[in-house]
Amino acid sequence: MSADVLSTEPHTPPVGTSLLSLTGIQKRFGAVRALSDVDFEVRAGEVVALIGDNGAGKSTLVKVMSGAGPADEGSYRIEGREVSIATPAAASSHGVATVFQDLAICDNLDVVANLFLGRELTRGVALDEAEMERRAVELLEQLSVKLPSVRIPMASLSGGQRQSVAIVRALLGSPKVVLLDEPTAALGVAQTAQVLNLVERLRDRGLGVVLISHNMADVMAVADRAVVLRLGRVAGRFDMADVSREQLVATITGADTNVVSERAARVAGRSPAAPTGPEGNQA
Amino acid sequence: MSTTSTDSANDAAAMTPAVATPAGGDAPQQPKQMLRERLAGLRGGDLGSLPVVVGLVVIVIVFQSLNSTFLNSFNLVNLCLQIAAVGIIATGVTLVLLLGEIDLSVGSVSGLAAAILAVLNVNEQMSPLVALLAAALGGLVIGTIHGLVFTKLGVPSFIVTLAGLLVWQGAQLQVLGSQGTINLPPRGGLQQFGRFSYLEDWQAYGLAVLLPVLFLAAKLLTRARRTRAGLPVGAVWVPVAQALLLLVVLLAIVAKLSIDRGVPWIFVVFVAILAVIEYVLRRTRYGRAVFAVGGNIEAARRAGIKVDALRTSVFAIASMLAAVGGTVAAMRLGFANQSSGAADTLINAIAAAVIGGTSLFGGRSRMYSALLGALVIGAIANGLDLLNLSSALRYIITGTVLLLAVVIDALASRGRQSSGR
Ligand SMILES: Nc1ncnc2c1ncn2[C@@H]1O[C@H](COP(=O)(O)OP(=O)(O)O)[C@@H](O)[C@H]1O
Ligand SMILES: [Mg+2]
Repeated sequence: MSADVLSTEPHTPPVGTSLLSLTGIQKRFGAVRALSDVDFEVRAGEVVALIGDNGAGKSTLVKVMSGAGPADEGSYRIEGREVSIATPAAASSHGVATVFQDLAICDNLDVVANLFLGRELTRGVALDEAEMERRAVELLEQLSVKLPSVRIPMASLSGGQRQSVAIVRALLGSPKVVLLDEPTAALGVAQTAQVLNLVERLRDRGLGVVLISHNMADVMAVADRAVVLRLGRVAGRFDMADVSREQLVATITGADTNVVSERAARVAGRSPAAPTGPEGNQA
Repeated sequence: MSTTSTDSANDAAAMTPAVATPAGGDAPQQPKQMLRERLAGLRGGDLGSLPVVVGLVVIVIVFQSLNSTFLNSFNLVNLCLQIAAVGIIATGVTLVLLLGEIDLSVGSVSGLAAAILAVLNVNEQMSPLVALLAAALGGLVIGTIHGLVFTKLGVPSFIVTLAGLLVWQGAQLQVLGSQGTINLPPRGGLQQFGRFSYLEDWQAYGLAVLLPVLFLAAKLLTRARRTRAGLPVGAVWVPVAQALLLLVVLLAIVAKLSIDRGVPWIFVVFVAILAVIEYVLRRTRYGRAVFAVGGNIEAARRAGIKVDALRTSVFAIASMLAAVGGTVAAMRLGFANQSSGAADTLINAIAAAVIGGTSLFGGRSRMYSALLGALVIGAIANGLDLLNLSSALRYIITGTVLLLAVVIDALASRGRQSSGR
């Protein structure tokens, strides 16, 4: 009974195997081509950042993966097998869990009740509170999520704690892939760190994590790879080990010289046109 | 850094207790910690059942000093008889309020049920049991209609049930037909049950002992399960002390009521219905879903809860309880007429639920709020009756008390928001 709560899945794929892969994804909304010919892959034990400007198609792609808005064309593979994911239920039964930006949390219920909402454990007709609490505590402990108590209403928790609970909740279904839509958007510095720690722990457990974010600092901090969308197409794929923040920003905006990089350069005290200062081109 | 200080402020707020959550009672707590959290909760705007209990004590002191018969056994038995019907209706209202919705038709539905009961039993010569079942079933059907119009057509609940208020009152007049008043047979089962049925002494004292024993057994069972699951548990003496306190209170009540006629059966019916509903709300998946829908309907939907079916079922149960309350009122009064369920039935039922501690904003309700609230409402009406004061004053006072309860609810809700909860 004291076994790892998360490893109820019969097999955990070895790190590096492809968990979820999309190829040739097309999605139109009337005249708008929201996604054209997008390929995307998540492997076990990696964090893939999905970044792009507003309207680039990030949310549309997440909806394709989560089953909330299936693609018009393209193939969807789970561990190499072609699947049809037309509903959120189909996605979760294939091991793809989504934590949406607007947290689906009931503030009036406590942490345990929220974690098990819709899949409560029972003994006969009665809720099995002791068993649910035991598993909740164990799960939170395994992921080092610190809460004052699991029996206080969600409304009492800080933003970072709430986001952590929302993520842990997604893990109860033993998914292989977790999609996080802007998990740190509403958080302060310390709370963001909490959530990023949790993201790293998910990766260390061999899950594939897709992180949608506007925040380059977060992306640089935890992602292994980044896929940049621009105007519904993949504008670049990067290994985080060998990409700079400026390169990412340039790809997002679609220009090597642009408002953002110009500003960055000016602040750094040099002009992009004349990179001949004493510090040269070292960046 | 400003962010860090916000974090620690939130963490401090996070130490406040979980009084409003359905499972809050299970959490193991040491008395000192309980007291500390309680105080923190009071400061954070969470007043618990304190205002109701204080209010009830004040009401009792005021009426007792104005008329010394208020607290005698005869009057207390009357009070139990008087609050049974409104308490049952308020129990249903609690469910609807938990969803964050309202049911304005409960008075009319209770009146229609009284009319159905009387017509079937008197005019159609049906047995009391069949007439009662028919009236309750009528309520169930009515509530299902409300629920379907609300969920399928998207009409706001207050409009659906406001229309229901008129429609079912019309139906009540139709059912009664030309007869203004139908008297239930004085020796028939219905009047016998409503007016002349009291627990035998051995039954009353038996219950007064049995209930604390069951309470303690449940607490100890929970404790054993938590121990087995490796979860922290509180001191054993806390539930033992609670059970003893309950025992003393129940014995005192039974002893007091037994000096007169005893504990009325219709009061037992009310408390039994309330106990079943409380169990369903706080210990079953269905109840958890009701709280979830009241707290965040989108979250409930995403968690796979069938929100529309759930809401329809709650309206159905609420109308059924309104119908049962209406039949209890008719049985106690011995008749049904055109004003059954009229006047202040609706406002009393809603007031009882809110005064007892059910939030109008959905998702929050204290244990046994319908009982506490019905006691407050009933004590006010009863006390004013003893003083021979007009119903004008009763309306004004009940309305003021309801407003006070709603203000406390609104302030508590604002307190939760400002302390980040
Ligand atoms: N439901 C929809 N109906 C019509 N157009 C949509 C819809 N959803 C997204 N779009 C369009 O698709 C494009 C991509 O949007 P989105 O995926 O939301 O971008 P992002 O999340 O990267 O900001 C935008 O041009 C947007 O206007
Ligand atoms: Mg978006």
